[in-house]
Amino acid sequence: MSVAQSARHDAGGARDGMPSAGKPALWVFMGVVTVLFAQFLHAYIVRMGYADWQRLPTLPTVWLNTALLLLSSAALQWAQVAGRHGRRAGMRAGLFLGGALALAFLAGQLWLWRQLTALDYAIASGPASSFFYLLSGLHGVHLAGGLVAWGMTIRRVGHNGVTADGLLAVELCARYWHFLLALWLVLFGLLFIVPPATILAICSSA
Amino acid sequence: MAYSSAEQHHEPHSFWTRYVWSQDHKVIAVQYTLTAIAVGLVALVLSNLMRLQLGFPGRFAFIDANHYYQYVTLHGMIMVVYLLTALFLGGFGNYLIPLMVGARDMVFPLLNMLSYWVYLLAVLVLMASFFVPGGPTGAGWTLYPPQSILPGTPGSDWGIILMLVSLLIFIVAATMGGLNYVITVLQARTRGMTLMRMPLTVWGIFVATIMALLAFPSLFVSGVMLLFDKTLGTSFFMPAIVSMGQALSYKGGSPILFQHLFWFFGHPEVYIVALPAFGIVSDLISTHSRKKIFGYHMMVWAIVAIGALSFVVWAHHMFVSGMNPYFGFFFATTTLIIAVPTAIKVYNWVLTLWNSSIHLSVPMLFAIGFISTFLIGGLTGLFLGNVSVDIPLSNTYFVVAHFHMVMGVSPILVIFGGIYHWFPKVTGRLMNDTLGKLHFWVTFLGTYAIYFPMHYLGILGMPRRYYAYDNYAFIPASAQQLNAFITVAALIVGVTQLVFLYNLVHSTFRGRPAGSNPWRATTLEWQTPDTPPGHGNWGAEQPEVHRWAYDYSVPGMAQDFVPQNSAVAGGGDDHDQKAAGRKKT
Repeated sequence: MSVAQSARHDAGGARDGMPSAGKPALWVFMGVVTVLFAQFLHAYIVRMGYADWQRLPTLPTVWLNTALLLLSSAALQWAQVAGRHGRRAGMRAGLFLGGALALAFLAGQLWLWRQLTALDYAIASGPASSFFYLLSGLHGVHLAGGLVAWGMTIRRVGHNGVTADGLLAVELCARYWHFLLALWLVLFGLLFIVPPATILAICSSA
Repeated sequence: MAYSSAEQHHEPHSFWTRYVWSQDHKVIAVQYTLTAIAVGLVALVLSNLMRLQLGFPGRFAFIDANHYYQYVTLHGMIMVVYLLTALFLGGFGNYLIPLMVGARDMVFPLLNMLSYWVYLLAVLVLMASFFVPGGPTGAGWTLYPPQSILPGTPGSDWGIILMLVSLLIFIVAATMGGLNYVITVLQARTRGMTLMRMPLTVWGIFVATIMALLAFPSLFVSGVMLLFDKTLGTSFFMPAIVSMGQALSYKGGSPILFQHLFWFFGHPEVYIVALPAFGIVSDLISTHSRKKIFGYHMMVWAIVAIGALSFVVWAHHMFVSGMNPYFGFFFATTTLIIAVPTAIKVYNWVLTLWNSSIHLSVPMLFAIGFISTFLIGGLTGLFLGNVSVDIPLSNTYFVVAHFHMVMGVSPILVIFGGIYHWFPKVTGRLMNDTLGKLHFWVTFLGTYAIYFPMHYLGILGMPRRYYAYDNYAFIPASAQQLNAFITVAALIVGVTQLVFLYNLVHSTFRGRPAGSNPWRATTLEWQTPDTPPGHGNWGAEQPEVHRWAYDYSVPGMAQDFVPQNSAVAGGGDDHDQKAAGRKKT
């Protein structure tokens, strides 16, 4: 999203001796996204309690995509660690790899959409499908926004060693990626893995 | 704290970068304000058209039932979201936060600029719905499904789609702005400006912004899902339904779920608008009565408490939708509890005025007018918060009267008061006093003339939302006379706003020069080296804060106010004094 992207854009400019605002801004933004998805999941779980609920099949592609996002997040972590140790080459490599894997994840998600549509699980075919396309789509939009920030980070890490500015941008990217990974794992679990009866039992006892 | 090196701060020179694609918070604030006022005027005209039909039914042939519902819907939506929210956060928030906390600008100027342009896009998309086939949506501002997206409701083809898209765009804009306001308050305060020294205006806007960041996602969720139901055929909110004799393909969705999501946003929204108003009123009252605000710490905690409580009262908007009685009991209780911190605020304003030196300037008139309207609107809220009283009154004009007093008139009075108060800082000129007083008295008395009778219509049982009231035997003929009276009052109040506009435009160019601090106020925005403040606000050096914002009429001082950046000894709030006392001993 442009929020994250622009937050990053300005992040390096710690001004007038102020501490950088990029980190708290990203925390607040992740808080907002958390609330957003919490609301969606609230609606999802309410709907799940109706008698006509039928879960989507868990295609192998789902596992593949999850692995891709996991690796993407790991690559960015690697970039961050390399950056902190002053290894510019490692940082750039991790950054490029992380972005490429994220792109692969998005492509995989689109492929998954096509597969499900072909299997007659189109968006309007039932409540579980509707929620799946909605939630995965919105997650994808947030990752795409992250990729815009990633593109600007690539430009920022430049050629002159590891700058504080560049490192901060990489750290923010990595943090946002981990957040989106965690978010996806929650979605993945609730959409495909945890049995509906368990979810409902937990949520109705709370 | 050097100013020179930061690259963002070279001053823009061309007209375009200075006034259009500006990243300066002051210019963006003016852009937000003017856009909000413009769209607010549209909503004002819509309300007057609505009143024409209610006061003189059938006399104006162009207002058919469809148009009437479109006016109702757009009036409500524009006023609540595109005027009040945008003006308080985007207008006042943008202008005042950096100046009041002593910052040079918002922390993310580019994001700030984007926020305005995205807001403008949302406004344009909404306005475009007037020109699409079928016109704007007439679903009521709450957009309840299933009716909002089904044929039979005006604008159910294109109007509703543009409405939802516009809301989603608005939420993106509000999030970008909100991120900025929160981080600026947290990170960019100047030296000495502790949180507990911030003026209550900043506190109100700050907490309201946090609430907006937490509440708008809920509207986003309901908006996206409703949009999917409309355009992609999903059934998130749509049950199996027969529409106009035809069975539709929807099945299994829950309309009540929409109501929960909508009001989880909708109720905090009331306080997103009210908290900045509370803050601004506190500062206006203290400044124009030359007395420290009564109970500053209590005021801050009341703002925070109201912000938190407002997230657990939403279902009091849904008592008539049907719910478990225990649920209703819970929400009625929380609703009544929120009256406690709110009442504390009202007491503190009145206690600030007590024995003070009240200057009846135009901003002060609006502030005192606000206390009155807010009190009346708040008291009827206590009625409606009780389930058993709410159910018979819920669909009547009593509710219209209640929410217009409490969240229509009250915040608007504060907006006017705030504009009269800060206009001299924005333009360097004073607004015309006589016109201001005329504007205040007609608006203040006029709104009472409009809304006070509505309480009685409501108790008579006159239903709200209706286009015409023919053949309802229980409504006496005199109700129609009252309706005609209300309409005349509404038209007069509507036309009077032109006086305000004239004053705004005329004073911008011809107003009396104001000097840098015409109200002899303590807060930082009045202590800038230039008026209007230059790019970067503070010239060579950012101010350093030595005291709270309410050192008025401190005994033994040469002046009756001590600016926050004055290092002179004495004054300060209780905490400062205690600290000073400890130092001495």
